[in-house]
Amino acid sequence: MALFRKKHRVRNIYEPDYRRYDAISDRKRAERRRTFRRTIAALVFAFLFLMPTVLTFTNSFMASSEISANYGSIFATNTSGGRVYVSKTVNLKFIPDMVTFSQYITVLFKSPEYLMKFWNSVIYVVPIVIFQLFVASLASFGFARYRGKVKQLIFFLYIVLMLMPYQVTLVPNFMVSSRLGIVGTRWAIWLPGIFSPFAVYMLTKYMRRIPYSLYEAASIDGAGEWQIFTQICMPICRGGLASIAILIFIDYWNMVEQPLILLDNEEMYPLSVFLSRINAQEISLAFAVAVIYMVLPMLFFLYGEEYLVEGILYQGGIKE
Amino acid sequence: MSNEAGRKLDRYLKDNAAEARRENAAKPGKVKKYRSARLSRWRGRAVSWLYMAPSLIGVGLFFVLPFGVVIYYSVINNPVQQEYVGTANFIRTWNNNAFQLAARNTLMFSLIAVPLAVLLSLWLAVIMESRIPFKSTFRTFFLSPMMVPIASVILVWQVLFDHNGLVNVLLSRVGADKIDWLKSDYAPLVIVLLFLWKSLGYNMILFMAGLSSVPKDQIEVARLESATENQIFWKIKVRYLSSTIMFVVIMSLINSFKVFREVYLLSGDYPYNSLYMMQHFMNNTFRTLDYQKLSSAAIIMAAVMMVIIGILLISEDRFGRDLEQ
Repeated sequence: MALFRKKHRVRNIYEPDYRRYDAISDRKRAERRRTFRRTIAALVFAFLFLMPTVLTFTNSFMASSEISANYGSIFATNTSGGRVYVSKTVNLKFIPDMVTFSQYITVLFKSPEYLMKFWNSVIYVVPIVIFQLFVASLASFGFARYRGKVKQLIFFLYIVLMLMPYQVTLVPNFMVSSRLGIVGTRWAIWLPGIFSPFAVYMLTKYMRRIPYSLYEAASIDGAGEWQIFTQICMPICRGGLASIAILIFIDYWNMVEQPLILLDNEEMYPLSVFLSRINAQEISLAFAVAVIYMVLPMLFFLYGEEYLVEGILYQGGIKE
Repeated sequence: MSNEAGRKLDRYLKDNAAEARRENAAKPGKVKKYRSARLSRWRGRAVSWLYMAPSLIGVGLFFVLPFGVVIYYSVINNPVQQEYVGTANFIRTWNNNAFQLAARNTLMFSLIAVPLAVLLSLWLAVIMESRIPFKSTFRTFFLSPMMVPIASVILVWQVLFDHNGLVNVLLSRVGADKIDWLKSDYAPLVIVLLFLWKSLGYNMILFMAGLSSVPKDQIEVARLESATENQIFWKIKVRYLSSTIMFVVIMSLINSFKVFREVYLLSGDYPYNSLYMMQHFMNNTFRTLDYQKLSSAAIIMAAVMMVIIGILLISEDRFGRDLEQ
């Protein structure tokens, strides 16, 4: 009845239907309030998430006297010299009093050991990313092109291996490496990295999405397996390769466990391990080294955020 | 389908291939000459194993074969005598004080960190789902810690949680006592914060994708039926998210076993008791090269992981989405 009346009522523009109006605006107002609350929450979270990175970045432009004045009470416990002013409490500052590049100049030109360690990191990570992708793209093509019971079983083994933490996998890695006599050399880091099952898992999931008819069509047109692989499968997987490359890169750029066990010469440690061992005298340099260390992954992030997101979704099995 | 149809198809494919061969005869590119489609398929199958060979050999050599050696080492008394001792090594490792401490601490950490990681990231995803401004910028911000190496930001954590650090300064201003965070029983909390900082973005992305796949019409209907926002969230969205939630829980659990990295960078080889993790135990055992202890510890860990992975696979199966596809 109510509906009927409303439909045929002459609209009175001088006297709007307040009941109706209020009902709508109530819901809208509630939603607006919720959105506002959520924006505030997002801002707070954004501050917390960015704070450590930004702080490291800005503090790298402080002079060493300013660093020791601000954080001396924390890091200067072992230093013998008492001439520098050290505040009793810590002083967290986002913006340096005076912007100086002196830390960077020292790191880049005066103390080569940091650059050496940086170079170590590069030398470990780049071959691992390239060759893991190479080995994995071949293997995943094998997994995805033809399927069978045995392959399914092997693929399951790969998944289990991928999910194992280092506590488990490093023991077999170490045993083989010591048998092969490569403990303490770069090969001990490279080889287990290159044959890590992670990229195989990811790429196989990616390749299984390629419709089988595409392969079939190519093979009917006379393409051999190698041609199908290089000219059909690989071009389709380009985005997937980029995503996986980013994930592998960040994992190995961060590595700590492997060098501690598989290398015994500290000269060969990557920067990730070395950064934690910077002693108190050089603490002012630490921020600059930290920034140099995160420049590369941050650049990859800024250019490849979409790929990273894609990679996460593939790992999560949502995009299938 | 009869044999005839198959033969017909074969003939057709053969003709086609012959035609292609004729077409390509003038071109320099190679065209494989197969007698029949079935043969080419068989050959392809064989070749596909060749493609897998490098990876299979590598994985076999570095992960699978040595794991057999690990199992062997775990049941003998020492590498020289090589006598079978059954479960003695496992019992010795299990009763080891350091092992128990490490296991307890790792478990404790996971119990605190995983629920927080799941709930907070789900909340973040809900925030990101609503109509807040600058959504993509916020996403970039939340995701950025994933790409920042931990080694780069530990300085900030030290500034915050040192005995003279910022948190203590703030605490003392309120009137509370100073706590030496990294050398107290609160130390795991500091690591939990670092863990959350690092992993929330990753989980959030998964939840965001899960939320966007909730059918819109169901929410619409629920709204028309005057369901409250809370009801819509718990009764509809969470139900559709269940497989994602399961995945995030398991992934966070597995990642929480890897938390040694953060602890090592913050407090080195010999941390406070409450921070002594499984990997510390392994590192110290590596130093003495006690193969029996190493092997049995690795196998115990592997068994625990197998149980967790089993739960993951069963639940993925039940919720319809398979890790194995």
